[in-house]
Amino acid sequence: MGWIGDTVDSIKSIQVRQLLTQGVSLGMIVTSALIIWKALMCFTGSESPVVVVLSGSMEPGFKRGDILFLHMSNDPIRTGEIVVFNVDGREIPIVHRVIKVHERQETGEVEVLTKGDNNYGDDRLLYAQGQLWLQRHHIMGRAVGFLPYVGWVTIIMTEKPIIKYILIGALGLLVITSKD
Amino acid sequence: MHSFWLRANAILTFSITILAFMCAMASVSDCFNSASPSAQIQITNINWFQKQRNGNEEVSLTMNITADLQSLFTWNTKQVFVFVAAEYRTPKNAVNQVSLWDAIIPAKEQAKFRVQTVNKYRFINQGSNLRGKDLNLTLHWHVMPKAGMMFADKLVIPGYRLPKEYR
Repeated sequence: MGWIGDTVDSIKSIQVRQLLTQGVSLGMIVTSALIIWKALMCFTGSESPVVVVLSGSMEPGFKRGDILFLHMSNDPIRTGEIVVFNVDGREIPIVHRVIKVHERQETGEVEVLTKGDNNYGDDRLLYAQGQLWLQRHHIMGRAVGFLPYVGWVTIIMTEKPIIKYILIGALGLLVITSKD
Repeated sequence: MHSFWLRANAILTFSITILAFMCAMASVSDCFNSASPSAQIQITNINWFQKQRNGNEEVSLTMNITADLQSLFTWNTKQVFVFVAAEYRTPKNAVNQVSLWDAIIPAKEQAKFRVQTVNKYRFINQGSNLRGKDLNLTLHWHVMPKAGMMFADKLVIPGYRLPKEYR
């Protein structure tokens, strides 16, 4: 009860300047997080330098909830590489391994077929209607490193958005009621 | 400096920093591993070699694959993904790599193996100039760690040739 009384007191005693200062420091934290994310995008050459594994199609190597670090370079795509690609019409990127590569002689354009390690068949079922191969522009990056379990935070927040709102609400409350 | 939340915050930050440091060290320890894998592949039989109606050719072959990949395993290795790919050139395509067989090796004990198998994935060429073609059969391995950087390498075995006529 005393804690609730203290909180109400501190909300009543808010000064405008203090609130503004806190607002600015919150903004600084958010923008520095954004700067770090954009710098990572620049550094790795990939649109999303970190992805969370959502399905079990690459088990036992990558389980649901692991995070993958991506890197994109202009090196040619070769079999065995684990690539992240977007299929036209699907918004969630897929992380699978390249099993076939055919690279044209003159133009250097490449046609690629992928398959999840734990899937029985190749990914032609996942590609767009009538699409048999992936081209270079579909591929967002190669997986170069991985950390287990860290991605569960993102999965929980995406699948149960109420937790996201609770977390943001609690953080907001903490910012308002903190003494500095 | 003595409230519950401040202490909990400090413990959480410290433990996450330590965990991140340990993962980085685990990954760095993989650099000190000098691996010396060995492998041999023999094509025991070309089961059939046909041209499909759409102009593409398909080959079915049986291979005998012997390999010793035990030196690739470290304490930070979760599994090694191994596959055999046929690599060749055609006038249309500068590079063709077709995976014929793959396997997951979860532990060091299973890394020394001998397997006789028909190609797991269909070997289909874009075009029809595989008759009498020279191939390389390359054994690739991809070491997937418990945490950290993954690395891959390969062993190229040249000197295979497809038959001159369809059968």
